[in-house]
Amino acid sequence: MIAIIDKLVEFFQYEFVQYAMLVGVLISLSSALLGVTLVLKRFSFIGDGLSHVAFGTMAIAGALGLVANLILVLPVTIVCSIFLMKTGQNAKIKGDAALAMLSVGSLGIGYLVMNMFSKSSNLSGDVCATLFGSRSILTLSHSDIWLCIILSVLVASMFILFYHKIFSVTFDEDFTTAIGVRAKTYNLIFAIVIAIVIVLAMRLVGALLVSALVIFPALSAMRVFKSFFSVTVCSVMLAVVCTSLGILASIVAETPVGATIVAVDVACFVVFSLTGFVLRRG
Amino acid sequence: MPQITCQNLTLGYEGKTVISDLSFAVGTGDYLCIVGENGSGKSTLMKTILGLKAPMSGQVLTGGGLSPTEIGYLPQQTVVQKDFPASVREVVRSGCLNRCGIRPFYSRAEKQMAEENMKKLDIANLARRCYRELSGGQQQRVLLARALCATGKILLLDEPVAGLDPKATADMYELIETLNNGGITIIMISHDINAATKYASHILHLGAAFFFGTKLDYLDRSGGCA
Ligand SMILES: Nc1ncnc2c1ncn2[C@@H]1O[C@H](COP(=O)(O)OP(=O)(O)OP(=O)(O)O)[C@@H](O)[C@H]1O
Ligand SMILES: [Mg+2]
Repeated sequence: MIAIIDKLVEFFQYEFVQYAMLVGVLISLSSALLGVTLVLKRFSFIGDGLSHVAFGTMAIAGALGLVANLILVLPVTIVCSIFLMKTGQNAKIKGDAALAMLSVGSLGIGYLVMNMFSKSSNLSGDVCATLFGSRSILTLSHSDIWLCIILSVLVASMFILFYHKIFSVTFDEDFTTAIGVRAKTYNLIFAIVIAIVIVLAMRLVGALLVSALVIFPALSAMRVFKSFFSVTVCSVMLAVVCTSLGILASIVAETPVGATIVAVDVACFVVFSLTGFVLRRG
Repeated sequence: MPQITCQNLTLGYEGKTVISDLSFAVGTGDYLCIVGENGSGKSTLMKTILGLKAPMSGQVLTGGGLSPTEIGYLPQQTVVQKDFPASVREVVRSGCLNRCGIRPFYSRAEKQMAEENMKKLDIANLARRCYRELSGGQQQRVLLARALCATGKILLLDEPVAGLDPKATADMYELIETLNNGGITIIMISHDINAATKYASHILHLGAAFFFGTKLDYLDRSGGCA
């Protein structure tokens, strides 16, 4: 036990560990806020889909030799996000089918393009890092950290300012539109924000973790809590706690960070499911 | 001055016409019942009045001091709502959103109004309960309380008694009648001709046997054997 604490203390003396912790917590917080609405709108898979789209576009940007690939990746992902949100209700292709197609399609094409054009000697390593996150804690640049802080503050303040509107639009879009709230505009803004968060988060923590961060805290919270407010608060707290625990565990056990956080999220979901079950019985 | 006037409305989806050239008006304090077979376009008409759907031609006008965002609406239930974590109080309050504008939070008066509407509909004791765990009849009351928060002038109800037991159905009809007597205009979709002819002041019958007029004319036309 003391050895473990010693190890953690030693690690936390490094600036890059502190930064990784900060960024991890901020990203979890933003994803969890968006996740509540996404899960309730039946868009749980959008994190997965959009991060694969971003992966495919990154591969193409790499093949084109674009250094600042965000210029290409961000607009493409935003367009896909808006398209997916639109197909949600009434379209020729069902929402889930469109999402699955886009997700699998861009994953395949991305990998293909990478194989054909990549000059990197460690291709599978690159692919693995983009999808599953890097093996150990990342060394983040200062601009990455600032970007992350600004983004999280923006997402959080938007969520607080529009909280009641988000609730109403998610609960009953027709009613909300009927009483004169511009539900379509909120959906559009929401689609754009989710795309931005996913693209940026994915560069830092990998595609797998992004989709997990979006769904798990909200789903766990929904097992136990029954009002929108308590679910929101609980999922934000869960996100922060699980990510912190995951990072600590990965330092101690020397496991891949992203995968460890996902494992903690899964464990947390199991605990909350059981709790919910017991509460309903008792 | 009627509150809602529909002029030469033609409604449909993707070029397929459902209702053509429909005109009628609803005055303050009226109780209009819309009847007709499944698929005759009742819900479509209601969505058009609410501005959720654009008509293929014709127009919906509001007047008599009614603004288009002051229309309360009780929808047919959607699937998403079934497992939604939302307390009754949260749902009822969301009816106040049309008063908020860009203000992010509810004012004290708006919260007060939500409480009063919950009392009025006899659901104050459910305020902290989860919406999805209520019975169908209780859920309808919650949605009705929400609609009352949005307006004190006119309510559009899409099959408010669907799935309710006879007792709850009778209670619901009485509640709606009380609201109507209190001065709120009612437009209700119903499959229950007996209730329609009992409570409504006007009837709109969509489909093959088109009719619009007062209840008495409707009864006369159908030979009094509704
Ligand atoms: N989103 C849609 N896209 C295409 N056609 C639709 C759509 N919604 C309804 N319709 C069609 O429009 C017609 C009228 O539908 P509507 O829902 O208004 O009927 P209704 O009178 O409310 O029926 P019910 O009594 O079953 O509620 C139907 O023929 C239906 O198939
Ligand atoms: Mg209908």
